[in-house]
Amino acid sequence: MSSNDVTHHAADDHDHDHGHDEHGPAPGLMRWVTTTNHKDIGTLYLWFSLVMFFIGGAMALVIRAELFQPGIQIVDPMFFNSMTTMHAIVMIFGVVMPAFVGLANWMIPMMIGAPDMALPRLNNWSFWIMPFAFTIMLSTLFMDSGGPAGGWTLYPPLVLQMGDSFAYVIFAIHFLGISSVMGSINIVATIFNMRAPGMTFMQMPMFVWTWLITAYLLIATIPVFAGAVTMLLTDRFFGTSFFNAAGGGDPVMFQHIFWFFGHPEVYILILPAFGIVSSIIPTFARKPLFGYDSMVYATASIAFLSFIVWAHHMFTTGMPLAGSLFFMFSTMMISVPTGVKVFNWVATMWRGSMTFETPMLFAIGFVIMFTVGGLSGLMLAITPADIQYHDTYFVVAHFHYVLVPGAIYSLMAATYYWLPKWTGNMYDETLGKWHFWISTVFVNVLFFPMHFVGLAGMPRRIPDYSLQFADWNMIATIGAFGFGFSQLMFVYIIVKCVRGGEKATANVWEGARGLEWTVASPAPYHTFETAPAIESSTVTR
Amino acid sequence: MRSSVYRSGFRWAFLLVLLLALPLGAWADWGAVNMPRGVTEISNEVYTLHMRIFYICCAIGAAVFGVMIVSMFLHRKSRGAEPATWHESTSVEIVWTVTPLIILIAMAIPAAKVLIKMEDFSDSEMSIKVTGYQWRWHYDYIDSGVDFYSQLAPEHNKARQQGADVDLEATFTGTDFNGEEPIYLRQVDNELVVPVGVKIRFLHTAADVIHSWWVQDLSIKKDSIPGFINENWARIDEPGIYRGKCAELCGRDHGFMPIVVRAVPQEEFDAWIAEKQEATVAANENSHRQWSKEELIATGEKVYQANCMSCHQAEGQGIPGMFPAISGSEIATGSVDEHIGTILNGVEGTMMSPFASVLSDADLAAVISYQRNALGNATGDIVQPTHIKSLRDDVDAAVTESVASAADNILTQGVN
Repeated sequence: MSSNDVTHHAADDHDHDHGHDEHGPAPGLMRWVTTTNHKDIGTLYLWFSLVMFFIGGAMALVIRAELFQPGIQIVDPMFFNSMTTMHAIVMIFGVVMPAFVGLANWMIPMMIGAPDMALPRLNNWSFWIMPFAFTIMLSTLFMDSGGPAGGWTLYPPLVLQMGDSFAYVIFAIHFLGISSVMGSINIVATIFNMRAPGMTFMQMPMFVWTWLITAYLLIATIPVFAGAVTMLLTDRFFGTSFFNAAGGGDPVMFQHIFWFFGHPEVYILILPAFGIVSSIIPTFARKPLFGYDSMVYATASIAFLSFIVWAHHMFTTGMPLAGSLFFMFSTMMISVPTGVKVFNWVATMWRGSMTFETPMLFAIGFVIMFTVGGLSGLMLAITPADIQYHDTYFVVAHFHYVLVPGAIYSLMAATYYWLPKWTGNMYDETLGKWHFWISTVFVNVLFFPMHFVGLAGMPRRIPDYSLQFADWNMIATIGAFGFGFSQLMFVYIIVKCVRGGEKATANVWEGARGLEWTVASPAPYHTFETAPAIESSTVTR
Repeated sequence: MRSSVYRSGFRWAFLLVLLLALPLGAWADWGAVNMPRGVTEISNEVYTLHMRIFYICCAIGAAVFGVMIVSMFLHRKSRGAEPATWHESTSVEIVWTVTPLIILIAMAIPAAKVLIKMEDFSDSEMSIKVTGYQWRWHYDYIDSGVDFYSQLAPEHNKARQQGADVDLEATFTGTDFNGEEPIYLRQVDNELVVPVGVKIRFLHTAADVIHSWWVQDLSIKKDSIPGFINENWARIDEPGIYRGKCAELCGRDHGFMPIVVRAVPQEEFDAWIAEKQEATVAANENSHRQWSKEELIATGEKVYQANCMSCHQAEGQGIPGMFPAISGSEIATGSVDEHIGTILNGVEGTMMSPFASVLSDADLAAVISYQRNALGNATGDIVQPTHIKSLRDDVDAAVTESVASAADNILTQGVN
């Protein structure tokens, strides 16, 4: 990543247009501030999300440490609540989303044979907004009134009780939203306009497809979220009553608006992961992706359905019966296209010639554990049962299974998969496998017991609990610390790889197909300044 | 070479799983891993649905993971597997789209039936209005005029404070319908008593933020939303004690507002209601007599610990930036009537909620006298219940009134 050595690249890049004055990156720190290069910006996004991963993870460890035993030992309940709130905000908006945007920046131009993103200056701006937005967001933890403590869902009226940090939080959310929308517009513009001549939509790699659909989800829903938080702001400071029953408003309306954003957001966090896994499994099975067309249609169906299932987060708010039935049926429907994707991955593996390098391990871990989360999601769709599961640790277990060994594992798989392409060096395979196995053991020790305590009646977002939940909570906390600290291995492996190692070939993996593998490793600072020819051997389908 | 590294890595990892999983599994309490069956017809049907969808998920998981494991064993390069070249099959795709669809329909029909039954509020024989407050419940037996507040029992409230050194397991054991159970954080000062075999309609609302009244054994969870009324119902089959909790994050003490429902035979319930009605009369009388200073301060200390301490802290020192101190505060050492007004009406836009409808005149008088003569304050003022009553008549308790009248309107017009 930061090993993109200036002279080395300039030399590598001798065949590009010499009339151009940008041979390589600018020297020094200003390179990173002023860069409009998709690879540099991708790198910035990826490092940023890695740092945020440890900040959000530290918050999770505060939560788990308090829950190690019943009784209040370490933090005040108010601080506990701001930890659960901030942990979610950081992990969603600071880790998973920027990491996917970082991968999109690095890989989409290289996968479609484009020289860069379509809107390079916008690209710089959409990254650099984020560190400032998160500085504001995290600074609220040091304010007298404490950080936001009403949950990341920001439900009124509770959220309106927040102290002085309220305005800062809303402001930061607006900026994160602007960053996401700008990033998405850039991705859509790039995919539509910058594909190498001859690359049709149905020849694009799955990662490009899933990101195209994700970008539309972002453009459609982030403004809705921005509207909702702005209404909170005017309710608080300008005397409106959007969500205040005493003034004729309705607190539940916020939940409808929020989840109209929030449910597509869930797919924003997982569709690019589907794309990553759909790239990795064919490579290591040495067999093309099974059912490419149905994968594209399934992704589009999931995206469409994501707009009509939002109220399944609200079955206990007292919806009319017809509403509850509709949202139950539409939610159950989502399992059909999701099932198609899982079956296609399994069929891709079937009769392949598999090897199990670290990216493949993480991808298989993704398929298995994401499916565990998907199956508990199917259970949650059954409304009468959901009314019992709702707001318990069963739900916490469910969405952590799809997000940690789901989205996060796909990000780790992607890192190991493309790291040799980014740095020109192979990572340490033995350590990578250790990282996978240790993480996988601990992530299950951490999240599986949450199913049990949730079913047995433990509500979520509580700092202290009754004694019948004590054993499983202690086990989960052991898993949390094990999982958290084993991620230091990930950093070590990345840093080691950036600094050197066995040189990677252009193709890196025996079974890898696609345009990104036709350029040297590390990828030159500028790639595809002349559009590549599209041949069947370089197309992934 | 790589594959041998991989194999030994795998073996070690597998051993690690076993080493961790076995002792942890043996030591854990396997009793608390599933949803309880509960004690109503609905809760039994929900349990059946839950187990059915669980088994379906297990079967799907076993099939998918089974194929994956077989494939990972057979189709590996190290065993000399040659990759196939096929990558499409429309008929297979149709099969694995239609089969899940059929399973879903088979699941959706019974689920819809149970849901329709849950939403059938007709022919209820009694109604209880449940109002969520930060952080207590208010129960109003609409048919018999009995109402009271219910919150975490005082000894639990002490034990859950940061730094309290209490042996939770030894101290808190009680009974519920499973027999002897640890009840830390699951006990209240006033239980909700209901008759068995009667269809009870619960009406849910809230006074400040959204809460959610959840009793797992009754399969009841419904959000309490300020300004709106939700309903659900239960007919409890067996007498017993059923414990629940607030399920919707409602602020600092969300984890500390339990619910206890005691289901008793009808005659016992009638006797309990009569007793409660008498107690209400007695409490009214208490508000009319003159109290001694010692009596006020002693009662006030208890009221303080139950209602004020979790924010303003045991010594009245508060939490800087979040909850103001009472020791030496302008309100608690300044004008008596302003002090009373602050507590009656709350402070808008903060977590200080109005206590006008939460505390009786006697309790208010006691706690105000306590705050002015303890916690480092020594104003010497005492307040009599009769004084509170006279102020109450002047004070516009708009917030509570409007909640109550909105509730009554909806009640008379019917819900939904």
